[in-house]
Amino acid sequence: MLTKRIIACLDIKDGRTVKGVNFEDIRDAGDPVELGALYAAQGADELVFLDITATNERRKTLSELVNKIAHHINIPFTVGGGIASVDDVSVLLQNGADKISVNTSAFKDPTLVKDLAKEFGSQCVVLAIDTKKEADGNWYVYLNGGRVKTDMRCFDWAKQAVDLGAGEILLTSMNNDGTKQGFALDITQELSANLPVPIIASGGAGKMEHFGDVFQLAGADAALAASIFHYKEIAIPELKQYLAEKGIAMRL
Amino acid sequence: MKLVIIKYNAGNIQSVLYALERIGTTALVTDSPDEILGADKVIFPGVGEASTAMQYLQERKLDQLIIQLKQPVLGICLGMQLMCKHSEENDTKCLGIFNSSVKGFKNDAEHSIKIPQIGWNTIYHLQTPLFSQIKENSYCYFVHGYYASPGEHTIATTHYGKEYSSALQTNNFYGTQFHPEKSADIGEQILKNFINL
Repeated sequence: MLTKRIIACLDIKDGRTVKGVNFEDIRDAGDPVELGALYAAQGADELVFLDITATNERRKTLSELVNKIAHHINIPFTVGGGIASVDDVSVLLQNGADKISVNTSAFKDPTLVKDLAKEFGSQCVVLAIDTKKEADGNWYVYLNGGRVKTDMRCFDWAKQAVDLGAGEILLTSMNNDGTKQGFALDITQELSANLPVPIIASGGAGKMEHFGDVFQLAGADAALAASIFHYKEIAIPELKQYLAEKGIAMRL
Repeated sequence: MKLVIIKYNAGNIQSVLYALERIGTTALVTDSPDEILGADKVIFPGVGEASTAMQYLQERKLDQLIIQLKQPVLGICLGMQLMCKHSEENDTKCLGIFNSSVKGFKNDAEHSIKIPQIGWNTIYHLQTPLFSQIKENSYCYFVHGYYASPGEHTIATTHYGKEYSSALQTNNFYGTQFHPEKSADIGEQILKNFINL
C-alpha cells in the first residue's frame, strides 16, 4: 500500500540551513547535508530544500549544494526557491535533484510549468502555492514568499497548473504557517478531492494529531514541516509510529 | 568488477551513480558499445517518456546492443519499462525482453488513485537473489504513471489500484519499477545484490 509521506523542509541561505538550532547530536546543524542525512536516517520520507539566497552567486552555490546532497542522501529530495527557467531546472536535475518546485515564476508565466513537464516529465515538477484565506472566505494565491497578493483563487491556479503538467502541489497556508494550530484542512481537502495529483500540505503543524487530521480528514498525500522537526518538538520516528497506530499507512 | 551505466537521455543517471558510490563502488557512464559490451554488469536507468527514450536508443543503435547483452543488466523505472514488449505511453514498441506490456494507471470509479504514483509502497512475492536479505513487504520509492502488467517474468509485486510487476527478470535481465537509488537502506541492499549476482 502506498504510504502517506512525512517531509522535512530545510530553508537554505548561502548554502547553509537557516533554522538549524538545538541539535547536539550532529556536528554542524548549519550544514544542510548533515541535517538532511539525519532526517533521512530518522525515517523522513522525503526532504525539501528551499533556497532563500538573494545574491548573484546563488545559482552556483545552490547547484554545488544539490550535488553534495545527492551524493550523501539516499531518499528523494526536492529543491525550490527562485527557479525561473528550464535551464535552472536542468542544472539542478543534472546535479542530482529528484524534483524541483516552482512558485512565483510559474504564476507569472504558466508556460514554464508546461515546458518543464515536457522537458523533464511531470513527476519532477512540483507547483508550490502560498495561499491565504481572505475575509471573503476564499483562498487566494500570494507571490514572492507571501508578500504580494493576487486576485487568483488558489484552487483555480492549482487546477490550471495541473492541466499544464504539474505533478504535485505543495500547498502552504499562510494563515496557518507558524501558528502550530494545525494544517488548513479545508483548502487541502478541496485540492486533494478535486485534483488528480498528490497534495503536500504545509504550514501549521504543532502536534502529532495535526498530521493525523490532515491525512485522515483532508486527504493530504504528504505533510511537510520544518521548525517542529528542527526544534525537536516532534521527532520523526515517534510521529510515524503514532500515525501508524492511528491506521495511517506509514513506512516504518 | 567493471560496472557501466548506459548513458542516454534519461533523468536519473547521476542519482544512480551517486548511490553506487555510497555503497562503495563506482561505475562508468557511457554510450560506447565497446565499453558496454565489455562490462561485467550493466545498469540501464530511466526517467522520462517512453517514445522519446526509445527513439534516442534507436538512433544510436543502443536498442540492438542492449538485447544482445549476456552479462547481468538492471533496468530501473523507465529502463525496466523499455525492456518490456510495448508501452501504452505514446504507443511505443519497446525492446521485448520481458514478456509484459506497459499500461497507464487509470483513475476511475473502480480504482480511485492519484496519478502518477509518487512515494513509498511495498514490494512482495519476492523472487531471485536480487532480493536476497530483503524482507517481504519492504518499502521502496516509486514515481511512475505507467506500470508493467504481471506475467511469467514477475519477480516482485506491488499494489496500486491493482497489482502490477514492481520487478521483472528473465535470464540475465533484471528490472525494477521502483528506484533502488532512492529507496534508502533497502534500495542500497538491492543494488549490492545486483552487483553480487
